[in-house]
Amino acid sequence: MRDELASALREHGADYVEIRLEENYLTRIVYRGERLEDISKSSSLGGNVRALVKGGWGFASFNHVGRLRDRVELAVKQARLVGKGDSKFSPVDPVVDVVDAEIKKDPTTVPLASKKRLFDEYNDIVLSTPRIQTSSIGYHDSQRKVTFANSEGTYVEQNKVDLSLRLAAIATEDGQVQQVGLSLGSQGNFSDIEDLQDQVREMAQRAVKLLSAPQARGGEYTVILDPVLAGVFAHEAFGHLSESDFVYENKRLQDIMVLGRRFGGDYLNIVDGAAVPGLRGSYKYDDEGVPSTKTYLIREGVLESRLHSRETAAKMEEMPTGNARALNYLFPPIVRMTNTFIEPGSMSFEDMANDIKEGIYAKDWYGGTTSLEMFTFSAAEAYMIRNGKVAELLRPVVLSGNVFATLANIDAIGNDLGMNQGGGCGKGGQSPLPVSNGSPHIRIRCCLVGGG
Amino acid sequence: MEEILSQVKKIAEQAEVFHVSSRRTPVHFEANRLKQIQSKESTNTALRLIKDGKVGFSQASGFIEPGELVNMALETCQFGMPAKFVFPSAMSYPQIDVFDSQVDEVTIDDMVELGEQLIAVVKQHTPDILCEASVTKGSISVNLINSKGGEVSYNKSFFDLSLEGVLIQGDDMLFVGESQISCRPISDFKMVAEEVISQLELARKKASIPTEPMPVIFTPQGVASALIAPLVLAFNGKMVLDGVSPLRNKQGEQVFDKKFSLWDDATLPYQIASCPCDDEGVPSQQTPLIDCGTVSRFLYDLQTAALANTHSTGSGSRRGGLPAPSSSSLIVGEGDVSFEDMVKDMKRGLIVDQLMGAEQGNLLNGDFSGNVLLGYRVEGSEIVGRVKDTMVSGNVYQILKQLSAVGQDAKWVGGFLRTPHLYCPSLSVATKVG
Repeated sequence: MRDELASALREHGADYVEIRLEENYLTRIVYRGERLEDISKSSSLGGNVRALVKGGWGFASFNHVGRLRDRVELAVKQARLVGKGDSKFSPVDPVVDVVDAEIKKDPTTVPLASKKRLFDEYNDIVLSTPRIQTSSIGYHDSQRKVTFANSEGTYVEQNKVDLSLRLAAIATEDGQVQQVGLSLGSQGNFSDIEDLQDQVREMAQRAVKLLSAPQARGGEYTVILDPVLAGVFAHEAFGHLSESDFVYENKRLQDIMVLGRRFGGDYLNIVDGAAVPGLRGSYKYDDEGVPSTKTYLIREGVLESRLHSRETAAKMEEMPTGNARALNYLFPPIVRMTNTFIEPGSMSFEDMANDIKEGIYAKDWYGGTTSLEMFTFSAAEAYMIRNGKVAELLRPVVLSGNVFATLANIDAIGNDLGMNQGGGCGKGGQSPLPVSNGSPHIRIRCCLVGGG
Repeated sequence: MEEILSQVKKIAEQAEVFHVSSRRTPVHFEANRLKQIQSKESTNTALRLIKDGKVGFSQASGFIEPGELVNMALETCQFGMPAKFVFPSAMSYPQIDVFDSQVDEVTIDDMVELGEQLIAVVKQHTPDILCEASVTKGSISVNLINSKGGEVSYNKSFFDLSLEGVLIQGDDMLFVGESQISCRPISDFKMVAEEVISQLELARKKASIPTEPMPVIFTPQGVASALIAPLVLAFNGKMVLDGVSPLRNKQGEQVFDKKFSLWDDATLPYQIASCPCDDEGVPSQQTPLIDCGTVSRFLYDLQTAALANTHSTGSGSRRGGLPAPSSSSLIVGEGDVSFEDMVKDMKRGLIVDQLMGAEQGNLLNGDFSGNVLLGYRVEGSEIVGRVKDTMVSGNVYQILKQLSAVGQDAKWVGGFLRTPHLYCPSLSVATKVG
């Protein structure tokens, strides 16, 4: 394969060319209520060529993997139509490497019958809970081999195994519908989704409790976020702003995101890094063949660096960080997050809640999105905090705000870092990309909560 | 395809092979400049078989040995759901125009020029704006055969023009955007340009807004971003079958305002969501969902319809897996009030053009809550400026039960929804004071 790619990459007439080939095997299992609705297997074989000429890009993706030489010519021809300036592309030392998947209990070798037995058990727990109307379970595992070669001599084969599981319990009463979900994921360890019986039971019971829970009154509150939701905040609210493809051609955004600017207190540290091992966003090389790193986005409250592809790094005269990722061969790599988290501080949850007279404790997540400046994310579980104590359960709340004001309003960081592996990130039509988010508990003053 | 079907026929009671191949050529502009030209080719073959009464499914993108595809489906089918349906046999399909050979004749130079002209017009209005735009042409070819003799194939072309602009002043960001999609070539950028420029005009001034309930007008884009997702779920036959759709036992009942009608239509010529048949070979149709406020029908694929003792509405759609009920073009019936008269009537209130994050709430229950990404304050019957740091929350069923007015000028949003403005008497609005 290496020779074949090398010969396709010879005498291309471009400033840079890369070829990415991919083999993917996927198993999917979906339950709706008692029905095992979808159990299927799929395979995917395809690739792409990306070429850079005078700052312009050409990209060709395909399923028929032959005729690589023609694909290179097509991508170069397209790039030539675009390129009118200079190519800027950070230099990276060529590497030759084969990376095997890190596997503890390989989900792709667990028999379908065993998977079904496990999910049947979870499903029974949910469905046997009184007042639960129905359930849903969505599981997939995939085995992916990506072969990458570029015109600079890099040749990398990477094997990855990924799995995700999403469970939901849906309760109904008098025309009301409430649901609670649980999202999990893992890079190559089926054991991570075994033995969840207690969590599944608690999830179903909480969905029932929501039927009689009140809705939060809309307005501003002091809010404590649990590690899952605070991790989503780090990802949505700040992580996306740190993706340099939003910044590198945008002078005004560069003024806002100027390195050295203070965004929060000395106790605030936000990190992204695929080099942090064993998480869903971990890898050795990104989809441009650049080694992964661990990057401090905010260190001690101050903007320290951002996430880069080779192009954005060159244009901003910063170092590449190995954050160029593609969902699959149908897409060119773009700047993405990997494992994003707020580093732990020293405060206990009790101390954090202690001086809140009336606030909200928001946990877990439905989702979140951002327009760079404004963010909104929804907590799947929320409670009032009254006189320093967690009080009554609320209907799910949506938190929203301005990123910069909210970062400055974080006034306490807990000592209990937790990572959420169940997330998938969407950007530029490429979704869901495996990522992880995390944080300890954090406290935010004056946070806007949508209500009834 | 025939090779796969003949292999499966020997071992399974029923089988169906579905094949799609597509070609897309997107031209991307970034930071006001041409950035990338792509060419994307893909092929996908899906096999659904029924053996011992159970459904097995497999699919492959790119090359696969027919025997391998069959084996994968056989492996899953021992655990698959019991099949309650039979595949449709040979039949005639409605003639629905979704292919225009002129799409393929549009050259890359034409596409580049179209994008450049669009960006130039927007930049001329607002020189500091940074635009991302894309111009895409493409076509798909769909083929389906099954063991009952059913056979259908069709081609669909598409052309897509879209622009998103961001304007940054200090720490303040304004996002504007519009897109247009059709099965025929788009040669005129004016419609997209005019909408974007109108957003920029309205957003020029800023306005504050109090935290209190107030009347709200949803623009067509606002309807799409806030109100449609819960309805799409509620009318999905699967949700009805599972007993989680709030409308499950409301058929024939007046649940919505009499002024409100909604239907699903896969038969409109040259609309991107149209086709002669769905992904199971059931002919396309127009299906009334809400008829003058009364719940009419739900959307079904073959299997869900069989489980619910009804007929497929031709809504079986494959999104990377087994067919499931899905809407095609959703159409909201027009009313008789102009947007200007709504603004005049409301005196003070809020216009919501884009709500961010509304789809994260409890959609099944109809609850939504989102940040107003683009919205304007109305004061003294005039639009006085753009609001920020504002959240709107409500329940779709409560809002659509009593509407103050339905607009007279419906507009397509994203090629999948055609709706007029909707004007509701009161909604919770929360804003940031500090």
